[in-house]
Amino acid sequence: MEILRVENLSKSFHLHNPVKDIKSCQNICFSLERGGFIGIVGLSGAGKSTVLKCIYRSYLPSGGSIRYDSRSFGWIDLAKADEREIIALRRYEIGYVSQFLNVMPRTTAKEHVKNALLEMGEDEKAAERESAEMLSYFRLPENLWDIYPNTFSGGERLRLNLAHAMVKRPRLMLLDEPTASLDNKTKLLVKDMLLRLKGKGTSMIGIFHDLEFMEGLCDKVHNMSEGSFLC
Amino acid sequence: MHLDEKPVLRVENLTMRYGKGCPRCGDSLEKNRCRVCKTVWALNDVSVELFPGEVLGIVGESGSGKSTLMKSLYFDLEPSSGRAYLRDYKDGEVSIWTVGAAERRSIKNNLMGMVYQNPVLGLRMDFSCASNIAEKIIAAGGRSAGQMTERAAELLEAMEILPSRMSEAPRNFSGGMQQRVQLSKALANNPSLLLLDEVTTGLDLSVQAKVLDLIRKIKAKYGVSILLVSHDLAVIRMLADRTIVMLDGKIIERGLTDQILEDPQHEYTQQLVHSLI
Repeated sequence: MEILRVENLSKSFHLHNPVKDIKSCQNICFSLERGGFIGIVGLSGAGKSTVLKCIYRSYLPSGGSIRYDSRSFGWIDLAKADEREIIALRRYEIGYVSQFLNVMPRTTAKEHVKNALLEMGEDEKAAERESAEMLSYFRLPENLWDIYPNTFSGGERLRLNLAHAMVKRPRLMLLDEPTASLDNKTKLLVKDMLLRLKGKGTSMIGIFHDLEFMEGLCDKVHNMSEGSFLC
Repeated sequence: MHLDEKPVLRVENLTMRYGKGCPRCGDSLEKNRCRVCKTVWALNDVSVELFPGEVLGIVGESGSGKSTLMKSLYFDLEPSSGRAYLRDYKDGEVSIWTVGAAERRSIKNNLMGMVYQNPVLGLRMDFSCASNIAEKIIAAGGRSAGQMTERAAELLEAMEILPSRMSEAPRNFSGGMQQRVQLSKALANNPSLLLLDEVTTGLDLSVQAKVLDLIRKIKAKYGVSILLVSHDLAVIRMLADRTIVMLDGKIIERGLTDQILEDPQHEYTQQLVHSLI
């Protein structure tokens, strides 16, 4: 059963100064099965992140549709959904993980994960317990939990990002080059974690540069070039 | 899931002009000033909705109308036209700008809290912190001195000011502390709407971080809806769920905060985002 169907998705950026239209992706079509994992590969600038950001709606799609079978609203076109619907979906259903850290000032690693649950309306005690479980699950050393994460290494940041996104138990997870700056050992750890998430039924779309990494993880891999999927 | 809840605040067609206006104003504006009659349109047909528990960011250059919008809502300025409805005032059926002075005072003190960029506007600098907070409680009908002291201590502590300092006057405090006293005062009567006008401007980075953190905690703890004016896009990125961009008294763009910052559509918004250091 499908959870996501993308049809003829296109995105171009209209710049006013200097006046310029930049086509980032065009006529992207694919579908994702429930619990499936789609990988997107391609050179830098091919438009891979644009596809993910259109799904997450950080970018406004220029054309096409992104139909998502949500728990909250049923089938919904993410390309045209109301902002408040998108906010609700981000809060309860769709996660986004990148290699970059986006944490409020003066927020420790554990608080960062816990806040995601508090935002969903969970009570303090349950949020405390679940955030600790999630940090353990992603193997972030316990002595880092009460530390501000600005000083974390790439691998630690990624594990924190994954814990922050996964603690909400999203149905759809978007992974934007999460392994870009990791060493091989940490990559293997991340792969193991993603396999475990997949085993639990999370549907995922991920951008990776490393074909070896995707083996055994992705059910389907799309190769992108100059804004389109290569057939 | 239902998203049909009433907005905490609904502003419709708010206009604030300085001057009489003329029939040519519509197509003779140079920025926000009419070339013919010289009328300045500080706010021009502005409509905004703020939903429960939401932070709505308002960005724009100086003179774009951000603070005028806030001051109109807090009755510091009388708008030329437009309507504003609060969910908690007569069930959102009566515009707050149609009621008399006494009713306005009651709305202001019971349902809203305001934090100004300049603490001098929000605090009585020579009165104690406790008196500043008590003033807001008394204005809303509170009379028990014991309860007022208790509430002042609770709020100051939540804003990380030692309750033992509540008898001191804000004049002796640093800028960051004064802003936190303003926040305490604004929250005194559990408002459903909090208006924050450039609250972190002029504060050094570590103090700014503390105030941001407190605002996030306020949102989580008190469930208050926040209208947040700032020209600092980093502040907006951290706190706002949605953002509107203002220019020359008009709203020129609105959207999810990350979408406004990563995929701005309007020429001015693109300039603003590209000017980020």
